[in-house]
Order: sequence, then C-alpha cells, then structure tokens
Amino acid sequence: MTAPIADKVANDAHDHEESTRNLGAIAVLKRGVHESPELLRGFVLTAVMALSTAAGKLASPILISQVLDHGFTGGFQSRYVYTRVAVVAVLVVASWLLSQSTYRRVVLAAENSLYGLRVKLFTHIHTLSIADQSEERRGALVSRVTNDIEQLALFMEWGGVAWIRDTVQMLGAFIAMSLISGRLALVAFAVLIPMWPILRFLQKRMVVAYGNVRTGVGSLMSETSDFLMGSAVVRAYGIQDQSVKRVYAQIESVYQAKAYANRFSATIFPTGDLFGAIAVASVTAAGARWGFGWHVSFGNMVGFIFFINLFLEPLGELSEQFDQTQNAISSWRKILGVLDIPADVVEPIDGQSLAAGALAVSVRNVNFSYRTGGLVLDGITIELPAGSHTAVVGETGSGKTTFAKLLCRLADPSSGELLVGGFELRTVDPRSRRNAIRLVPQDGFLFATTIRENVRYGRDDATDQDVLDAFAQLGLADWANRLPDGLDTQAGERGDALSVGERQLVALARAQLSAPGLLILDEATSAVDPETDQALTIALARLGEGRTTVAIAHRLSTAERADSVVVFDKGRIVEVGHHEELVSAGGHYAKLYESWLGNTRA
Amino acid sequence: MSARPDLIDERISGGTDANVIRRGLRLVRMYIGWHPRVFAIAVTGAATYALMTVASTFVLANVIDRVLEPVLNGRPATSSISGLVTVMVLVAVIRSLGIVTRRTFAGFTALRSARSLQRLVTNKYAELPMKYFRTEPTGELLSHMEADVQSAIDVLHPLPYSTAVALLLAFSVVALIATDIYMAIIGCALLPVIMMMNHVFTKKYEPVSLLAQDRIGQVSAVAHESFDGALVVKTLGREAQEAERLSGHADLLRQARLAQGRLRAGFEPTLSLVPEIGALALIAMGSWRVSTGDITVGKLAQFIFLFNLLAFPLRLIGWFLADLPRSLAAFQRIDAVLKTTNELPSPRNPLPIPSGALGLDVHNVHFRYDSTPVLGGVNFTVQPATSVAVVGATGSGKSTLAQLLVRLDDPAGGHIAVGGTDLRTIDPASRASAMSLVLQESYLFVDTIRYNITLGLDVSDEAIRNAARLAQADRFIDRLPNGFDTAMGERGVTLSGGQRQRIALARALVRKPRLLILDDATSAVDPTIEAAILAGLRSELSTTLVVVAYRLSTITLADQVVFLENGRITASGTHRELLAYEPYESMVRAYETSAADMADAGVDHE
Repeated sequence: MTAPIADKVANDAHDHEESTRNLGAIAVLKRGVHESPELLRGFVLTAVMALSTAAGKLASPILISQVLDHGFTGGFQSRYVYTRVAVVAVLVVASWLLSQSTYRRVVLAAENSLYGLRVKLFTHIHTLSIADQSEERRGALVSRVTNDIEQLALFMEWGGVAWIRDTVQMLGAFIAMSLISGRLALVAFAVLIPMWPILRFLQKRMVVAYGNVRTGVGSLMSETSDFLMGSAVVRAYGIQDQSVKRVYAQIESVYQAKAYANRFSATIFPTGDLFGAIAVASVTAAGARWGFGWHVSFGNMVGFIFFINLFLEPLGELSEQFDQTQNAISSWRKILGVLDIPADVVEPIDGQSLAAGALAVSVRNVNFSYRTGGLVLDGITIELPAGSHTAVVGETGSGKTTFAKLLCRLADPSSGELLVGGFELRTVDPRSRRNAIRLVPQDGFLFATTIRENVRYGRDDATDQDVLDAFAQLGLADWANRLPDGLDTQAGERGDALSVGERQLVALARAQLSAPGLLILDEATSAVDPETDQALTIALARLGEGRTTVAIAHRLSTAERADSVVVFDKGRIVEVGHHEELVSAGGHYAKLYESWLGNTRA
Repeated sequence: MSARPDLIDERISGGTDANVIRRGLRLVRMYIGWHPRVFAIAVTGAATYALMTVASTFVLANVIDRVLEPVLNGRPATSSISGLVTVMVLVAVIRSLGIVTRRTFAGFTALRSARSLQRLVTNKYAELPMKYFRTEPTGELLSHMEADVQSAIDVLHPLPYSTAVALLLAFSVVALIATDIYMAIIGCALLPVIMMMNHVFTKKYEPVSLLAQDRIGQVSAVAHESFDGALVVKTLGREAQEAERLSGHADLLRQARLAQGRLRAGFEPTLSLVPEIGALALIAMGSWRVSTGDITVGKLAQFIFLFNLLAFPLRLIGWFLADLPRSLAAFQRIDAVLKTTNELPSPRNPLPIPSGALGLDVHNVHFRYDSTPVLGGVNFTVQPATSVAVVGATGSGKSTLAQLLVRLDDPAGGHIAVGGTDLRTIDPASRASAMSLVLQESYLFVDTIRYNITLGLDVSDEAIRNAARLAQADRFIDRLPNGFDTAMGERGVTLSGGQRQRIALARALVRKPRLLILDDATSAVDPTIEAAILAGLRSELSTTLVVVAYRLSTITLADQVVFLENGRITASGTHRELLAYEPYESMVRAYETSAADMADAGVDHE
C-alpha cells in the first residue's frame, strides 16, 4: 500500500518553524517590521495620533483646575475663563482633525502591510517542497494565511494602536498628577499598584477558564458531529435516546465551563472600578488632611481627581490587550517561521527546451535525502528508453514515490545525474518541463470549477475543441456526454462532485491535452466501480501510446503489461526485468506476486 | 430547565410582522420568559449600578463643596471628612456589587437560553429522517448547534447593561434638571448627538463589516483549495496564477478593511470629541452659573463627571440594536430546523416483530430522491433463514433498497413486510433489535471499539468477543494497544477500510439479528477473510441474509440472486440460472476482472 506522493514523506518543516520558536517578543517585532517595512511608518503615525488624542483628553482637566483657581478670585474673571475655554476648544478641534487624518494613514499602512504579507506568504508556500506541504501540514499552512494573518490584523487595528494610545494617555495623566503633587500621586499609586497583580491573577485564571470552554465546545462539536455523521447507524440501531444523552452531557459540560469562566469576567471589570474609586477616596482624604500643607490648590485638587480617571480609563482595555497581543505575537512568529523555510527547487534562467515526442530517461547514481533524515534513495541508476512503459513496485517507504517525484522535479537529487530527453533536468526550462513531463497524482484533486476549466489547466491556450479532442482521444467522449452538464459540470470542492475514478479520468484528459513525452502515473489504491474502471483502463492505455510512461503500480495488470518492472526496496533498486522473468527468478518480485495472487484469487 | 418547543413564540419567525426590531424584541421576551428569575436579578444588579453611579457623582460634588474647597482655601470643612470618604467607598462597593450581580446573572440568562436551544436542536436531530441528512451538509448542521445558537443569544449579553445605561441616563437627566436647568439643557442637547452618531456609525459599519467577514471567508476558501491541490498546482506550474487568484481576493478584503478603517477613523476621534466639547461648554456655562451663585463648583465638577460617564455606555444601546437583527436571523435558522416535520411517523399501535428468522416481502416498492426516481416497482420475497444477493450496476438503486429495508426511509409507493408485518407498523425498538444493516462505510463513533460494537447494548464480554470472531475482527483488535478498549481516532491507531468494515459487522452480529442486511459491507475486506466471514454466518447464525455485493464469491454463496436494473428487478433465480441472462452475465464478468486486478490496493490483508 502506498500513500499519495504528497503526504508520504516524513517532513522536516516542523523543525524550520521551530527555528523561530525561541524568538522573543521583541525579536519577533523586529523581524516582522523587517518583513513589512510599512509598519514602521504605521508606528510613527500611531504615536502622533496618540499624542494628539491624549492632548485633547488632558486639556479639559487642566482647564478646570485653572478656572477653579483663577476664574473666581476677586469676582468672576469672565475674560480669563472664556479665552481659556476658546483656546482649549481650538486645541481640541485641532487634535480631533489630526487624529482623524493620522488614523486613516495608520489604517492604510496596516492594511497594505497585511495584504503584502499575506500574498508573500501564500506565494512562498507554493514554492515549498512537497514534503513541507504534506497533508498533515496543510491545515496549518491555510491557517497561516488566514487565522494568523487575521490575528495580526486584529492586533494592528486594535491591540497595537491601543497599546500606544493607552500608554501615552496613562503617561500623560501620570505626569500631570506628579506635577500637581508628587505626594498625592504617591498616595494614588499606593492604592492602585496592588490592583495590577490582582487583575493579572484573575485574568490568567480567566484565560485558563476560557481555554477549558474552547475544549468543551470542541468536545460538543465532535460529539454532535459523531451523532450527525453516524445518523444512519443511530437510526438503523435505534440508539437515538442514548445518543441524545451523550450530546446532552456535552452541552451540560460546556454550560458549566462557561458559567465558571463567566465568574471571572464578571469580577475583573468591577474590581478595577472599585480600586479606582478607593484611589479617588484616598486622594480626597489625603488632600483634605494634608493638601493645604502640601500647597495643593483647590483647582489642582479637582483636576487631580479627573486625572486619576484618565489614568485608569485605559486599564480595562489594556488588560484585555495582553492576551490578544500574546496571540498576535505567536501568530507572527509562526508566519515568520514559514517564510524561513527555504524554497525547494530553483528554476534555471534561459533553460533548455525538451523536444516533442517520447523522452528517454537516464538516472545515474542518484542519491536523495530530505533536509533531515537519512538516505531515501541510495545510488539509483537506470535507463528508461524513449517510449518504454515501466512499472515501479515496492513497499511503502521503499523510495518508489520519491523516485517518481524526482522525475518531474518536485525535488532535486542530493547527488547524481538525472537526464530527461538528454538534458540534465535542473537545466530544463520550467514551462517546457511542465508540458513535457506530466505527473498524474492518485488523489485526482480538481479545482472547484467546471470540468472543462480543470482540463484546460493542462494547457493555457487550449480551445474548447482541444478539450473535447482530449476526451475523445482517450475514448472518454461518451463518458463526458453523460455528465449532467457535459463538460460544464461543476467538479465541486476538491472534485467531490465526482467519484475518485472519475476524477482520475479528468486528470488523464488534462495530461493528454499537454501532449507530454514522459508520463508519471501514481495509480489509485482505492476501489473504483467496474464501469469507471474499464474507462480508466482504456484511457490509460491510449494516453501511454507513443510516450514514455512510469507507473507506480498497485495493479497486477499494470505490472504484467509493462515493458519492464523496477522493484524498489529500502531506497535501492533490487530487481529490474519483465514480469515473467522476475516471477521465475524467485526474488523480491516473485514474493510480492505471490501475495498478490493469494489475495485476489482465493 | 428544559424548554419545550411549544415555548417558542411562533410570531418570531412565522408571523407576518415585517418589523425586525419588534420581532427581535419578541425573541428577547421569549428568552426572558424561559428564565425570568435570573434575568430579574441581573436587571436588579443593573439598576443598583445605575443608581450608585449617579449617587457617586453627588457624593463627589459634596466632597468638593464641603471639604476640598474650604479646606484647600484655608477654611474648615463644613462636613465630616471621614464620613464623606466612608460614603464614597461604600457607594463604590455597592456599585461594584451591582456590576458583579448584573454580569453574573446576565451570563446565566444567556447561557441557560443557549443550553435550552441546544437541547431542542439535539432532540430534533434525533428524530429527523435520513433524507434530511443527505440534503443538509454536516457543517451546516453543526453550525446550527453552536455558532447559530451563540448568535441567537448574543443579544442577551448587552441587554442588562443596556437596561442599566437607559436607567443611568434617566437618573442623570433627572439629576441634571433638578440641579440646574441651564446646565441640563447643554447636557441633554449633547446626549442625543452622541446617540445619533452611534446609530449612524453602526448602520454604516455593519454592512462593511459583514462584507469584510465574507471576504475573509473567500480568502480562506482560496487558500484551502490551493494548498489542498498543491501537488497539482506544482505539476501544472500554476503557482503564479494561484498567487494572482489569492491576491485578487486579498485585495478585495483590503478594500473592505480600508472602508471599515475609514469609518472608524472618522468616528472614533469624533466620539471622544463630543464629550470634550460638551465638557468645555459645561465649563463655560458652569463658571457663569457659579459666578451668579446658582450652582456650586462641586456641581460643575459633578456634571462634567456624569457627562464623561455617559458618553461611552451610550454606545452599548447601539450595540444592542445592532445585535438584534443578527440574533433574529440566527434564531430563524435554528427555528427552521425545529420546524422540520418528521416524515417517518412512529406507528400509533406498534406491533411486535415475530420470533425466529424473518421472512421478507418487498411489494411494488417505489422510491425517489427529490425528483429523480430510484426504485420503480421492486418485488421480491425472501424465505426465513435463506439468503439473497442483490446485484446491479452503480446507481441501480441497491443501496436505497437496503436502507428502505430497515426503514431509514419509507417507500413512496408499495410496502415492505418483515415477518409478515408491514415495516411501518412495527415497534421501532423491536425493529432495531431484530434487524441490522451494515453499510459499506458504516460510521465508527469516536469512542472505544467496545462501544462501537455494543452501541450501549448490555452484552457480555464473551458475546462481544464472539461477534468480533464471527466478523474476523478479533485477531487484529487483540493486537491493538488496548484491545477492545482502544479508542477510535486515538494517536497511532489507524484502521484500514477492511478493519473498519469488520468492526461494523461485529456491531450487527452482537445483536444476533434475525434479518441481516449487508450493503457491500465487506468490499474492502480480503476475499479469503470475506469467505471465512460468510461461512461463519451460515453455520453459526440462524438469520435471513440480504447482501448487496460485487464479488462473484459472495454472489455464488447466496441461495437466490435478484438483478436490479434501473430501479426494477429484471431477473431473479440462482446465480447459475441468471448467467443465461446476458446483461447479468456481462456485468458479473466485468466485476470479476476488475476485482482480480485490484492487487494490493484497497484491500487489507490484516
């Protein structure tokens, strides 16, 4: 049994992502800004915006204290009061205008850098080796381009801006408080400082509690999905009641987890609020008791109370930012980790063009190993004449899929020579290579568009007639006509609207369209219904006519029909020859053949 | 509590009322009606908070006028300092308790409503017919269960706070008017401005934000598809086109985000501008009123404080109104599920199933999926304790027929009798214990192998082992890390298709069914093992057997063969007799050739 090429390989992409794992938050920021230089501009703009917003907010308490101290001494000083009000009004409006325009630029800088990073990341992922794109990694890769970038977007739009704005506001309030009276400020902070560890403690507990909620919701979803996916079994065996009970139990545990987590979110905010109020009360008491002696004026005292509120206002927001920021940094780290994985295959400039017609393959002393790990191919040497049909057999892990991979340059040999059509494969122009060497993968992935478009992907300049011809040449015209909308039938997501066998038929037509001189076929392992199977057999035979073919064979008939069978074992070629010869030779292949027979003709 | 479906207000999604807000409020009223007590406590907490907030500004005014102003200007305080400070702290404590109460019980209201909805959905999923699951994607059904339920109750989260804000607003306006009418006019003139701004912003922002959400989905879909097809992209050299496709969608997303950002850039600074301007106006007006002796400086400070306190929470009311249509839409999606009628009614006077191996009588059975006819008058009978093989090309209706036999659906015409009794009148529990269906891809639950065999049935270990032995599954199960207690989906436990099929078979056999239907249930099992299974079934079980099969070896074992073509039985008899019928003969031969060729492939040899 052979897994598809894409996920077979033990991959080392993890290790590369690991390389950024130890990067500290500051280092991540540095690297991140290096990748997206627009961010630096965004940072400066945000700082300007924060300063202007803070100026607007700090203006009115200053005004109040001035009015209270000087506005009423010796009768109502209306000129003093109104000119100051007018000055502050102008200041406030100016700060508003400045904030608006810088905010817009901040957004622009953030969105442009996110867009750039997303496209860069996506493009980079497609240059990675097939090993790095293996099936188990795929979900993670999608997540880098979507969830992780979204985390970053959230951070740039809210979190990052909040950090800068809130820090500036708190700093401004702090400076104002200290200027009014260092002693009063000390009193205020003596009360406020213990609040911080308490809030952080609650916050941490809350994060853990919400983590449990997420786990609970996950279990609820998997229990429900079990219940839904197994609906036929549930009904056929009449176990509705007990299935409902199982789902109910999960609903209950999610409820309990959420109720528990809610306790923390219900307490955190009022805790901060209470501390703020106590700080105001303490400052008032201190001011009343010692203020006169400390030379705190009445106006400044009232202003001080306002400043305490300005200082506390951002705290709620900031404490929420902590976890969001941590998420964003870890997302950023993961994104940078992917960008660090080197591209696998470097294309030549001014490469050679392969001639039309069947291509000979010459493999000389080729070794291959992944970036980490031992030899996967060990001294492979073989000549495949133009127009020959070769079947490659071997157990999982024998190296046969890696061999096929090298033939279409999904990876380069670590050493040795690989010539196709007389040219070293590394020197062949990528366009020419892709048209002349065609791999038909076993999973028959199709894009979510029409069958016609899917086939046309085989050659961009193909006309509708070319597509029709490709089907006709493979004897698939009838099959195509029987589809609900003919070639305009939608293939569905990943080709799900078609059966595995039918998807392969489309993949074969796609290969036919580009008239390759070397065809590499990874045979499907899953069972195909008899009708489609016959169509496949015929189409394959016609597709192979006049071309060099290499099939990773799972079918006895493929091996029987091939001009020669190449047997792989532990990264080496152990036998080469025609089916009959190898059977009578009594070696590896003969054993394989025996188990084949035992299984099918019992 | 567990709410019953008749607790659902039909006017929310069923009525003719086009007013979204009114229907949304009905939805809210329905939730409150489910859990009135917790909600009442939440609102009490909210009212306490509002009252104490206004009270705290009065205390502050007093502190300024009676303590700070005289003391800092070198005169004695006119009130007890410690008394006022104590009141300040006390008010703050009560206020905080109000917030805690509100948040805690608002949480309970929402969580309990969600739990009630989830239970209703679960009950419905248990009774809906198979047909429903064939047409609705699992992802969608899952989202009714969690995402939709969360959205449907989202409106409850800001509700108690919005109530608090409304109360706070009312108290403040009263306080303002009672103190000074001039100041009240300025304050009250600005509050509606803030509310209006919020309203306009929310209205403009909502569609853009939905658009952005939608485009995130598109970007994610492109990335998903593209990476899934990475191998194809690579071999076809379509990397550049794929990058272009993604950057197109990413650009659309950027545009939507920029539109969002522009709105925020306009709104956020303005939102803080209005209270700042308001504070300036209050200072200007207030200092004049102070100079005329109409108000004290304490009152002036109090007004500015109140005004600052109100500016932010006013946004909440906007959020509540914005959440309303979204919650309503989510509830309607759930309600649509709850309203689906069960097309497989339980029999009113359920009949028990007779004992012993069961005969089967399929009489003129018709069936269609939507408008596509699948079965057009199928007739055949099976004598008790004999076996029949159902043979036919792909799409001939074999699997549909198999599912009708255990009443996963009812025939559109004709009837099916088991042991002489119409399937529709048989007691469901008795049916489930007497008949078993094994599908080609029988679902295995994410639980232990033991559970997957018993499905909660109370049977001895010996019976489980025996069933597994008959299904030729005992040997590989014994080799698993925890034997029968190995959990499916556990790390490192991967079962082949054939092994999964054999567990599903053991599940049927442990019940000692008197009618056993195998729908291509051993297709991935090694033919030699399959032969052993069938031999075991014949010698050790007294059951009537219906097999849908491809393999010649399976077909030849049956006492009788029925041949399905385009939803009808065109030939029946023994395999040998049917070989004279050309379409049958050629199809069976085609099966045989391809089966022989499927070398090492999908088949497992343990």
